[in-house]
Amino acid sequence: MAFFLQMLVTGIVVGSVYALVALGFVLIYKSSDAINFAQGEFLLIGTYVCLTLVASYNVPFIAALLLALAFSALLGWSVEKVVLRPFIGKPVISMIMATIGLSSVLAGIVHIIWGHETRVYPPVFSEKPLQFGEVIIAPVYAWSFVIVMIWLIIFTLFFKYSRFGIAMRATADDQQAALSMGISVKTIFAIAWAIAAIVSAVGGVLLGNINGVNSSLSLIGLKVLPVAILGGLDSIPGAIIGGIFIGIIESMTGGYLDPLVGGGLKEVIPFVILVIILMVKPYGLFGKKEIERV
Amino acid sequence: MRNPFVMQCGEFHVDYKQDMAIWKIARVRWRIVTIVALFALFPMVATDYVVGLATLCGIAGIGAIGLNILTGFTGQISIGVGAFLGVGGYTSAILTTKLGISFWIAFPLAGLITALVGALFGIPSLRLKGLYLAIATLAAQVIILFVISRWDSLTGGTAGLVLSRPQIGSFTFTSETSYYYLMFVVLLITIVFSLNLFRTRVGRAFIAVRDRDIAAEVMGIDLFKYKVLAFFVSSFFVGIAGALLGHYTMIVSPELYSISVSIEYLAMILVGGLGSVFGSLYGAVFITLMPVVLRSVVDVLSGTFPGLEAVLIGMKEVVFGVVIILFLVYEPDGLNKIWSNIKNYFRLWPFSYTK
Repeated sequence: MAFFLQMLVTGIVVGSVYALVALGFVLIYKSSDAINFAQGEFLLIGTYVCLTLVASYNVPFIAALLLALAFSALLGWSVEKVVLRPFIGKPVISMIMATIGLSSVLAGIVHIIWGHETRVYPPVFSEKPLQFGEVIIAPVYAWSFVIVMIWLIIFTLFFKYSRFGIAMRATADDQQAALSMGISVKTIFAIAWAIAAIVSAVGGVLLGNINGVNSSLSLIGLKVLPVAILGGLDSIPGAIIGGIFIGIIESMTGGYLDPLVGGGLKEVIPFVILVIILMVKPYGLFGKKEIERV
Repeated sequence: MRNPFVMQCGEFHVDYKQDMAIWKIARVRWRIVTIVALFALFPMVATDYVVGLATLCGIAGIGAIGLNILTGFTGQISIGVGAFLGVGGYTSAILTTKLGISFWIAFPLAGLITALVGALFGIPSLRLKGLYLAIATLAAQVIILFVISRWDSLTGGTAGLVLSRPQIGSFTFTSETSYYYLMFVVLLITIVFSLNLFRTRVGRAFIAVRDRDIAAEVMGIDLFKYKVLAFFVSSFFVGIAGALLGHYTMIVSPELYSISVSIEYLAMILVGGLGSVFGSLYGAVFITLMPVVLRSVVDVLSGTFPGLEAVLIGMKEVVFGVVIILFLVYEPDGLNKIWSNIKNYFRLWPFSYTK
């Protein structure tokens, strides 16, 4: 039972990070109908900037995190302006390939600047494990969960009450109507990309604290895709529920099934679930079904 | 004097048959025969290294034509080509090394089995399209690679399998030149097949599905049948390319079929031209040779800028991404369109204002 609870807790924590990164996918899809295959690279760059500030310039962690987030926001903003702007309204494959090209460029830059070897964050959170009954939680997990929850609450409030949040929802709903109400759709797109880069960077920094940082961290971007699809590409609650669901499934598979097959199943199981769900509910659990007319 | 670049005068079509012909006038026929002959004779003058590169380009071309049938002509984006190449390579490897079947039987079987696997992963395509389908094929990539790297007893796990070159009687395709001819024959068959495919009922149905699938269904095209069929035909050629590649490099292992291979193939058809058979070839050559050219540029420059070697991999990725984005922005129809623009320029010269 203790093992089960341990796996459950790990799953929820990792899943909440997935949920945060998936939020980035959903935001971009909602505003501009594109999937951002460069999400993993956004995550990686944010993480590396924060790491460099902490490790090489001895900036306090919180300040470094904020600086990295500001940098990520700027990156997301300018990438939307420079790379993605020409593709608004183009076929899906152009969008997909443009972000794949973007991810290749960003990955190349990361390799040139930071190389390939794994680096670790200097210990930021205390190392003394927290004990809840039989379940032991490393503080870094607990803090990750808390930080993700804070961000998710901030974004929920942002979408519900802030001017930009309401404008984003309006744009997602109907771009033309939003335009005619005086909302600058271009600004909204840029903000969506900036926020997507920020949430990825937060996710990256947290995962980097847990596992260390190297260029394979960007694969998280691909792993989070099933999460976003599972919840429905245009649903924010879907991203959160999908994230935690996939996190738990993955952790359980890692705990119970991997020893039987010799490892690796953990990485595949999100995709297997994805295919099954897509067969039954093609638009994910909470996605909006598109109605097509000829 | 007759302008030697005027290529297609004398086209007076009076029925559909002439309009759909591949060799529209005698001159085109001679041109095509000349080009094929030039490619067939080319290994006689080239070095082994160049012939080897040409073989790789040709194999990539077969795979790219396969992918283009699915993505360019039928409009179903697939991010799983890498894994399907792997299925082809592994099938041929297992059949020839473990079961001792001759290459000449294993080779078409590799295509067939890949086609079946492709059709299997094509089944969700009825309900999914666009982004969702792309992600489903991404899932296919991950799942297939997992199976390949875990099924140790059959596939040799992460170590992979070692293959041998095919042979006829006592002749083995060991030399670069002989393998080039093997590839060349397969490539020619692929080109002829796919050029003709889009003049048939099935090929037209593929294009109708791409252009507007619901309208196509209203007109009586069985969407499910043709979508799965597109996956089947496309995967067949990808599998064939995989088997050819496996026997050329003489090794198959999981990391040769990663997602970056899938992305390279997508880049090929995009840079070459979506929905164009010859475009797939141009793209395959472009993407295959790009790292080679970059490598030699770096070799030249590294005298002046030491340390350039170290960032070569990163530079490759940057250049690759930039090329994709530039093509998407400035020439979404790819190299094929650029080539036809050049041809048109000369065809119309000096009356370039006529269209």
